[in-house]
Amino acid sequence: MTLDPEVVRKDFPIFETRMRGKRLVYLDSANTSQKPRQVIERMVEFYEHENANIHRAVYELAERSTAAYEGARAKCAHFIQAPSPRSIVFTRGTTESINLVRYSWARANVHEGDEVLVTEMEHHSNLVPWQLLTQETGATLRNLPVDDDGMLRVDLLESFITDRTKLVCVGLMSNVLGTINPVRRLADAVHAVGGLIMVDAAQAAPHMPVDVSELDADFLAFSSHKMCGPTGAGVLYGRERLLEEMPPFHGGGEMIREVFADHSTWNEIPHKFEAGTMNIAQAVGLGAAVDYLQSLGMGSVRAHEMELTAYALEQLNAVGAEVHGPLDVARRGGAISFNVGGVHPHDLATIVDQEGVCIRAGHHCAQPLMRRLGVPATARASLYIYNTREDIDVLMGALEQAKGWFA
Amino acid sequence: MVRMSLDELYKEVILDHYRTPRNRGRLDPHDVKLERNNPLCGDELELYLKFDGEDLEGIAFEGKGCSISMASASMMTEKVKGLDVKQARAVAESIKRMMAGEEPGDINELGDLVSLKGVVKYPVRIKCALLGWNTLLEGLDEVP
Repeated sequence: MTLDPEVVRKDFPIFETRMRGKRLVYLDSANTSQKPRQVIERMVEFYEHENANIHRAVYELAERSTAAYEGARAKCAHFIQAPSPRSIVFTRGTTESINLVRYSWARANVHEGDEVLVTEMEHHSNLVPWQLLTQETGATLRNLPVDDDGMLRVDLLESFITDRTKLVCVGLMSNVLGTINPVRRLADAVHAVGGLIMVDAAQAAPHMPVDVSELDADFLAFSSHKMCGPTGAGVLYGRERLLEEMPPFHGGGEMIREVFADHSTWNEIPHKFEAGTMNIAQAVGLGAAVDYLQSLGMGSVRAHEMELTAYALEQLNAVGAEVHGPLDVARRGGAISFNVGGVHPHDLATIVDQEGVCIRAGHHCAQPLMRRLGVPATARASLYIYNTREDIDVLMGALEQAKGWFA
Repeated sequence: MVRMSLDELYKEVILDHYRTPRNRGRLDPHDVKLERNNPLCGDELELYLKFDGEDLEGIAFEGKGCSISMASASMMTEKVKGLDVKQARAVAESIKRMMAGEEPGDINELGDLVSLKGVVKYPVRIKCALLGWNTLLEGLDEVP
């Protein structure tokens, strides 16, 4: 099934908004995506007809809200081919998911002398928690380098994954370079030494089929807001066996089984990790986003973005932009970082904004990678299901204008 | 809605300072060297100050950043060179007031710096324009 972005666009009310009288050209979906009517309406429907707290009351309305929330969990499990909804923990987003692993699993399992391996292209959210963990435990943080084409140096894996490696933390798709990383290869390497792998799928889950068994991931995290869902919801997938053994993250209501004056016992997974009243409507909205993306087909989403990314790379080359990251669309997604000679990314972003074009400029929460690339900042255009060739053409016209200002 | 035009932001004098920055480079010897950045956007600035008593005898900067941050720093060095600490501080405070949308005071005193007024309409760029000035204010506190 081929995806027609002009049809998809009609599902997104925001595209009725004009920017300075012009068509809104939204090229910042790697930052956050726009939301389709189906998701917005599902959340309104929930608040108007199903709202009650979950898992706590016996009345019919609470059964409806619980069914909606747990239904969303089942949808998320199916979305990433997880064996059971029990392996899906709802969080506020990828950052919280990763921090859950840090506080719960890693604190109990990573000790002085152990190693945690990250990569040079990680988003700060999959780097800073591991800096904090290793500083706290006396473990060593190691960094797998990136080559000049923006690919991970997997040729160095043998020296970076040792019998001390307890955890490898890697993004499936880079938010800066677009690179799709060989996660399965890293998983096999760390499993061979008895360690685990934590996959940051925040950029991948919205854009390509993700299968936790195929990746052999122990933990995998993603965010609702980058995949057509609302902010405030995200997922941590964990192997059931691991989740069972892990201590709780936050303490409070709902995560307990029995509470005594001086101690408590824990609820079954995944509820053990969901303390307090969760972002219920947001989780329901995420479920609707999963339905929406699956109705398009993740294979079609990926095919559309590969085609459009190829076009964008070709056009960027034509205007003389320097693209950071792989040029082969089979090895990358649609987050495209670039620099235009003589024009600072900030100036670029301001100038193209006058044409109704939204791009990001800055370090994209990946300062170590910026240093590796030798640039203080880049401009980034990131593509999604509602972007068209016309969007790319408008961007290119705006880039030409920007060059004119600073010529 | 206020109609915004790029001409108000990228005035010729700003583009001129960006293309041909004044007082760019290291200053040796110097009394103060400060490195500051805008971490969110990646603008980087090194500011060198040399004092003669209370007078700012020399000032120079190095940096990488957008046109607004670099042009603002360049204009700043031209404006404050030779002023005494108190005068330099007053100019910096005046620019900060202008960026906050307040009356900067005697506008004739500011000269080319008035060209920065257009930045106020682009709130996300205000911190670019102020990088040099905030660094200067810190540096003036370190007068030996």
